[in-house]
Amino acid sequence: MSQPRPPNAPSASGNPSAPPQKEPSSSHTTGLRYPSNGKTIYHRHLSRSKTAELSQASFAYLFSEMVTYAQRRVTGIQDLEKRLNTQGHPLGLKLLDLLLIREPPRSQSRPLNIITLLHFIKINLWQHLFGRQADRLEKSSDPDAPDEYMIIDNEPLVNAYVSVPKEMSQLNCAAFVAGIIEGVCDGAVFPARVTAHSVGSKEEGEMWPGKTVFLVKFQPEVLEREALIGGKG
Amino acid sequence: MSYYFAILSPLDTPLFEHEFGTSKSGGDGQPRFTDQARHLNQFILHSSLDIVEELQWTQPGLYLKVIDKFFQNYISAFVTASNVKFLLLHQPTTSVPTTTTTGGGGGANGGVVNTAQAAASSRVNSTSVGANPTSPQTEEAIKNFMNEVYENYVKAVMSPFYKAPNMEIRSPVFRQRVAAAGRKYL
Repeated sequence: MSQPRPPNAPSASGNPSAPPQKEPSSSHTTGLRYPSNGKTIYHRHLSRSKTAELSQASFAYLFSEMVTYAQRRVTGIQDLEKRLNTQGHPLGLKLLDLLLIREPPRSQSRPLNIITLLHFIKINLWQHLFGRQADRLEKSSDPDAPDEYMIIDNEPLVNAYVSVPKEMSQLNCAAFVAGIIEGVCDGAVFPARVTAHSVGSKEEGEMWPGKTVFLVKFQPEVLEREALIGGKG
Repeated sequence: MSYYFAILSPLDTPLFEHEFGTSKSGGDGQPRFTDQARHLNQFILHSSLDIVEELQWTQPGLYLKVIDKFFQNYISAFVTASNVKFLLLHQPTTSVPTTTTTGGGGGANGGVVNTAQAAASSRVNSTSVGANPTSPQTEEAIKNFMNEVYENYVKAVMSPFYKAPNMEIRSPVFRQRVAAAGRKYL
């Protein structure tokens, strides 16, 4: 754009399907509050074509910067993972509403129990973020931990170009994804702690060396409510 | 017919509120709440939160229909996936605002008297959307209104500068959109 457009000029890329809206009067269009073409985030569509994908290279570049940023002045691996987790958390909160509204109106429903929530994460969230479903969903077989569930990804996309040095072998950068999952759980009122663990062995012949388990540990009140409503919905 | 609409965060903080009147059957879109009723409205709306929190776990749908009634004030609720509540108070009344309230009786008492008086004159047009708050037509109209607000709310949340889910929505465009949805459906 070489020519600056006067405020309130009709936009060239006007969206024909959007209903005509009363634009803010010209006295308000100056300043940073309104874009010069009058298009705000409210004028954009929430749905998106199925094929819209982003470049994995640019994501990997951005993610490496995020890890570097999180690594500044951290005291240990746990601290670093916690920071990555914190970076993912708001994403999960926001994605929850976005993914629900993209569902067809008939099947729009809030997850009411743990299983529907985890299915939502395994199917909808994974499909949106990584273009495929998560590989497995498991409940902890430990009778002492009925509040633990596991989402298993054989090859997390975020770890595709991450090679962890030996002295940091505890680290799994998918803690960022764990943060997103935690955001979804917290947003849907299923408060939980989510952590990422590498379980693939480094031995020769291992099919999935990068296999990662996302351990979802729900708060006691979630299980209490689950028992009360009896798994309805 | 007047409406009071509020968006409440999961921590019960008000994020947005808007008052408007009906635009159907010749309405001018202006709310007809008295000053006392305005304060009472917030109180009634927030007191219905307990019922919302009970009902939201019994049905997976977003729209919970009319959930509470206080004299002539009906509350319709809508719960989003991230547990943000949209509450709409509707008051089927076509009367002009009266100022004859019992002085010194406290704000709450005055409001009750007003709404009771208003109720008597609300039978005038029984065919409008708002006249019968529990009829299927009204429920459908409110559902459409809520869905449109939800769409715009998600857009507000998508803004990278918005910290979900506990930040007030100040965008004037959002307010315009809510007002437009109100004109369109209610």
